[in-house]
Amino acid sequence: MSVTADHVIPNRSPLVAFLSRWLLTTNHKEIGTLYLLLSFTLFFIAGAMAMVIRLELFQPGIQFADPLLYNQMVTMHGLIMVFGVVMPGFVGLANWLLPMMIGAPDMALPRLNNFSFWILPFAFTLLISSLFMDGGAPNFGWTFYAPLSTTYGPPSTDFFILGIHMMGISSVLGAINIIVTIFNLRVEGMTLMKMPLFVWTWLITAFLLVMVMPVLAGAVTMMLTDRHFGTSFFAASGGGDPTLFQHIFWFFGHPEVYILILPGFGIASQIIPTFARKKLFGYHSMVYATISIAVLSFMVWGHHMFATGMPLAGELFFMYMTMLIAIPTGVKVFNWVATMWRGSMTFETPMLFAIGFVILFTIGGFSGLMLALVPADFQYHDTFFVVAHFHYVLYPGAIFCIMAAVYYWLPKWTGNMYDERLGKIHFWTAIIAVNMTFFPMHFLGLAGMPRRIVDYSLQFADFNMLTSIGAGLLGLTQVLFLYIVVKAIRGGKKATSRVWEGAEGLEWTLPSPAPIHTFEVPPNFPIVEEEYKHE
Amino acid sequence: MTSIISRLKRGLIISILLGFTNAAFAAAMDMREGVTDMSRRILQLHHLSLIICVIMGVLVFGAMFYSIFAHRRSRHPKPADFHESLLVEIIWTAVPVVILIGLAIPATITLREIEDNSNADITVLITGSQWKWHYQYLEADFGYYSNLATPEEQINNFETKGRNYLLEVDNALVLPTNLKVRFLTTSDDVIHSWWVPDFAVKQDAIPGFINEAWTRIDVPGIYRGQCAELCGKDHAYMPIEVEVQSEEDFAQWIQDQLLAIELASGQAVADRARTWTMAELTEIGQEVFVDHCATCHESDGSGQGSTYPALAGGEIPNGPLQAHIERVMNGSVDTEMQSWAPQLSDLELASVITYERNAFGNNTGDIVQPITIYEAR
Amino acid sequence: MSEKQRNQRKHVILLSSLAVGMLGFAFALVPLYAIFCEVTGINGKSYEGEVSEPAPNLQVSEREVTIQFLAQVGRGMPWEFRPMDSQLKVHLGEVNVTSYYARNHASQAVVGQAVPSVSPGYAASYLHKIECFCFTQQHLEAGEDQQMAVRFYIDEELPIEISTLTLSYALYKVPEVEVASLTLTDNQQ
Repeated sequence: MSVTADHVIPNRSPLVAFLSRWLLTTNHKEIGTLYLLLSFTLFFIAGAMAMVIRLELFQPGIQFADPLLYNQMVTMHGLIMVFGVVMPGFVGLANWLLPMMIGAPDMALPRLNNFSFWILPFAFTLLISSLFMDGGAPNFGWTFYAPLSTTYGPPSTDFFILGIHMMGISSVLGAINIIVTIFNLRVEGMTLMKMPLFVWTWLITAFLLVMVMPVLAGAVTMMLTDRHFGTSFFAASGGGDPTLFQHIFWFFGHPEVYILILPGFGIASQIIPTFARKKLFGYHSMVYATISIAVLSFMVWGHHMFATGMPLAGELFFMYMTMLIAIPTGVKVFNWVATMWRGSMTFETPMLFAIGFVILFTIGGFSGLMLALVPADFQYHDTFFVVAHFHYVLYPGAIFCIMAAVYYWLPKWTGNMYDERLGKIHFWTAIIAVNMTFFPMHFLGLAGMPRRIVDYSLQFADFNMLTSIGAGLLGLTQVLFLYIVVKAIRGGKKATSRVWEGAEGLEWTLPSPAPIHTFEVPPNFPIVEEEYKHE
Repeated sequence: MTSIISRLKRGLIISILLGFTNAAFAAAMDMREGVTDMSRRILQLHHLSLIICVIMGVLVFGAMFYSIFAHRRSRHPKPADFHESLLVEIIWTAVPVVILIGLAIPATITLREIEDNSNADITVLITGSQWKWHYQYLEADFGYYSNLATPEEQINNFETKGRNYLLEVDNALVLPTNLKVRFLTTSDDVIHSWWVPDFAVKQDAIPGFINEAWTRIDVPGIYRGQCAELCGKDHAYMPIEVEVQSEEDFAQWIQDQLLAIELASGQAVADRARTWTMAELTEIGQEVFVDHCATCHESDGSGQGSTYPALAGGEIPNGPLQAHIERVMNGSVDTEMQSWAPQLSDLELASVITYERNAFGNNTGDIVQPITIYEAR
Repeated sequence: MSEKQRNQRKHVILLSSLAVGMLGFAFALVPLYAIFCEVTGINGKSYEGEVSEPAPNLQVSEREVTIQFLAQVGRGMPWEFRPMDSQLKVHLGEVNVTSYYARNHASQAVVGQAVPSVSPGYAASYLHKIECFCFTQQHLEAGEDQQMAVRFYIDEELPIEISTLTLSYALYKVPEVEVASLTLTDNQQ
């Protein structure tokens, strides 16, 4: 950006200027960039861990990673992807886009915004450094069930707990910032039911974050006291119950997975109307469906626990509630299709990723519905069928949405169009790689392969090899994506303000690249009306 | 009008073919039918939900692919401007509800039966440990450990892997056909999960708690399963093998086992009556060590960090004998070291402790006789 | 302060309170879980007072059920521990006694605590223990052994579909720190 940012100390060396700008910035665009850079970096780190996993699983037997290392890779891959890639990625998008979309000059609490970001590099340095500690990194799965994580966890578990606390604080503060911004800084005339859907989904996600991250904090604190301060929350020997851990964890964990997807729903709801040149179908219905999903997400946690010896009444309750969530989710999918229907579509890269998301996320939703049926779940639970399910909703789900968002808004951020040909190559290779990696996992699970195992019996060998090849290809597509992004930042065809012919929204009234300070004077009402006609 | 219909048909046909291809492919690795009434019913439920999902997928994706084809800008330059319809929203909310009820009913009926553990004929207590299972027949009042039998050489790729690689054990669980078998599961350390896909039985084994499940097996044979809850280092290495015999054969097997236990205790009496030499004890001890201890402490006693301490030059193998015996027999509360007294005989314990004190460069010269172990129990 | 700023401050305070409240809720889940299990009796623990006197008008019913007894020893616990009866056939409402044998094989005194678990879980609230060694910590000197009694009756209201229930005790070593205070939480009964 050519305009001098706010926090650069004048007349100092370039290094000091650089550091003071990026360490002290309270600007939502710069903080958004920082979150996205962190997310992208951690994406490669957690992706490398996935490569280690798939390399070991390429053939039966132990070749590269012994069980101790393997369990650490499985655990850290999950933790970093969830807490370090998807969540910061969506927060980065929120930071960049929310103020522009609502016509605000910045977030409501800019200094808090800076603090929320800067906690994270420290939290992840702590977490990743545990790989080099005696006893290794956490090795009990990203779901860290007790007593494996309490009584039997390695010494680094306590650092893991501290890292989780730090990430939780960052998320809660960020979420508070987002809610206060959305409630208070909308431009005059933008009622709640006129907000872009990305703003709605982030508002709802932020409430989920404020409510459930503290529950996770409680769970890890109880772990800490069980480990070192003589409590027995989760140890039967002291009158506690390991199942209690699972209840508390999944009470956080299920809303958490909706936190990991709702902003993605918002992104798809911005992109598809643009490229269909047609308004989003059923705006009100989409809002209500998202709210229903969020409310229902608090009532389904037990579906992760069907094999723990839950009584029949509990199993039935959670089965019915989980099946219910399929309804509003289906409504959203139908609304996206109806948006496309009789539109006038072009298929630039953001639209490709958005359509790929709708199709493949729906497949993930189908396996989720199958998992909800308790008797069948007894055969699916803790197998690769579950791994297939959540990777479909997370990779072609959340990650595709983040990539779609990057392609969609990168011209607004940088002023340069990305290379469309390369973008399409990225998309098509990713489609092939994602399906080659994760579709066979359904069959592995059905055939009886458990999850989180370093080694497997011979009947699983062929599909594991196929999966590993797909994963290698998927890893290569990330390098291509990195190249495309870096290339676009450095230069390319100049972007207009509108960038995309069918785009609507206040951010598209701004120049590309967006100046460092925007909407310091709120946009006037006619422009708002024009951009946000939903009636 | 006709061209729209023919395009619609084409789109649908392609989608259906894709769906069928997937389904055919899936049959190659479908969930198994199993050998119990319950496993068959679960397979049917699985097929029902799969078919419903495939049909819904074909319809939705078919509509999408059609639209991508027919409503692309080059073919459909003017977009329509509808963007809401209450009627449509109601329809596509209500229809899925009906479909879901259609799924929930068979699921509920099956589940109620799965959870009815009453009137069992025999009960087996299954205890999960790191990293093996223990089976106890409650009525007959005896039990035994079941460990992975696949040799280390196969895991480390020095030998070709056998057909039942990672699915074979030393002592399988033996069950009868036709009788209702009640399983009680628990654990003595972390959460494990006992799963035999052919029976469609999966139940978590939770320390300090007992859970129940049941099965009634139709067909004799050997059935294999695995631990289904991450339980530490060797989670992949604690399989389940069940040998199902006819009721008569099973009754005979029980009698044979009880007899064998009597004989073994006679053997144990003989073993502790004599004095064993260092050479005899270390030879047996090395085998015991490789079978049970090397997985954590490494076959050369070098250990793995502080989690699995080195025995070579280690504090306990070179320290007071009594403390070493107590540690091996009773395990440790704070670490993963288990109590081996229940699983190993007097001779096995005596020889492995003797071996540890005189191998890997340790040179205490101590010899432990089986009688010492017997008295320590 | 402008109205907008006042509003923002109000929202921040409300949201922060919500976050703190949810943290409290997480900790509240611990007693909530115990209460829920106690009221519904579904996790295999019976939550009764120390002494459960049989009701004065206790009727012995015709109906018989089988109760199985199991014993588990926790890791690092150097005791032998086994039930004297592996199972009993009892009438509902009838007071019965069984016992468990324990012997300390270590070379020093050890204190143990037995933790019960009942299967099926919801049968736990129908199993009334009048006297049980699981109510208190058990202290054994080196080499000492003991027979420990359980006096109990099964409520007549036991659901008809239960014909067999299983009572299991897991015996754990009490760390030296805790031995000093012999008070127990309700959960341990």
